[in-house]
Amino acid sequence: MVLITRKIEFSASHLYHNPALSAEENRRVFGKCNNPHGHGHNYTLEVTVAGDPDPVTGMVLDLKELKEILEREVMQRMDHRFLNYEVAELKGKIPTCENIARVIWELLDPKITQGKLHRVRLYESADLFADCYRNGAAC
Amino acid sequence: MPVKIELGRRYRFSASHRLHSERLSEAENVRAFGKCANPYGHGHNYVLEVSVSGEVDPATGMIANLADLDGFVEREVLDAFDHHSLNEDVPAFRNVVPTTENLCIEIYQRLRKFPNATLERVRVQETTNNSFEYAGENGRERL
Repeated sequence: MVLITRKIEFSASHLYHNPALSAEENRRVFGKCNNPHGHGHNYTLEVTVAGDPDPVTGMVLDLKELKEILEREVMQRMDHRFLNYEVAELKGKIPTCENIARVIWELLDPKITQGKLHRVRLYESADLFADCYRNGAAC
Repeated sequence: MPVKIELGRRYRFSASHRLHSERLSEAENVRAFGKCANPYGHGHNYVLEVSVSGEVDPATGMIANLADLDGFVEREVLDAFDHHSLNEDVPAFRNVVPTTENLCIEIYQRLRKFPNATLERVRVQETTNNSFEYAGENGRERL
């Protein structure tokens, strides 16, 4: 088995706010991420697919096809968007790195048919990221 | 739960060390450790990557509150290691060579007690060209 990773970058805004909590609680739990008009990040997404290279092409998957899937499923949905208001899959969720990585996993998993999605790693900044794996799979 | 989610966080600390074992002769130390055995030691800008897992709390969207994780890592690791000599200032390295392998194990043991999530693994980058990972004694499948 070989792992192949493709990286893309997108920029988006978000804010952390749970309407079930009071204003004070939101402030205490989320700090400046609770600022009402939001803020933004340059996100880096690394998508890793596992598979055996095809004996004819030598490829686990057609990278061009993966690039198109990422463009369609992630870039068009999230790039230069306000994640809370413009991404339907995040409605009702706090758009943390953990939740965005999970939404991206759920969008990509059914679309990747050559090889198998192995890991989604989403960086919010160089020092903060979330990893999403198939449960039970070795990391 | 069909997926497993981990939170990864990077920290930086600068420390000095000297690779030298009392159990080896001077010639053997130089053979094993090269210039890392120079008597007065040297330093690195280390990068520490900590990965934790757990349920994502639906109220916060988080596995663990970053302020809690940052505070714990600061108290347990950064305060003890940053701008210190690993050999002289960290008791665990009095009789253990502070290679980055051993540093990974020491950091893992300090961080495994984090109460708000499960520690998955630590990765320590000594320079941009080498890094080391540890996930506990039986942690092979978490690497």
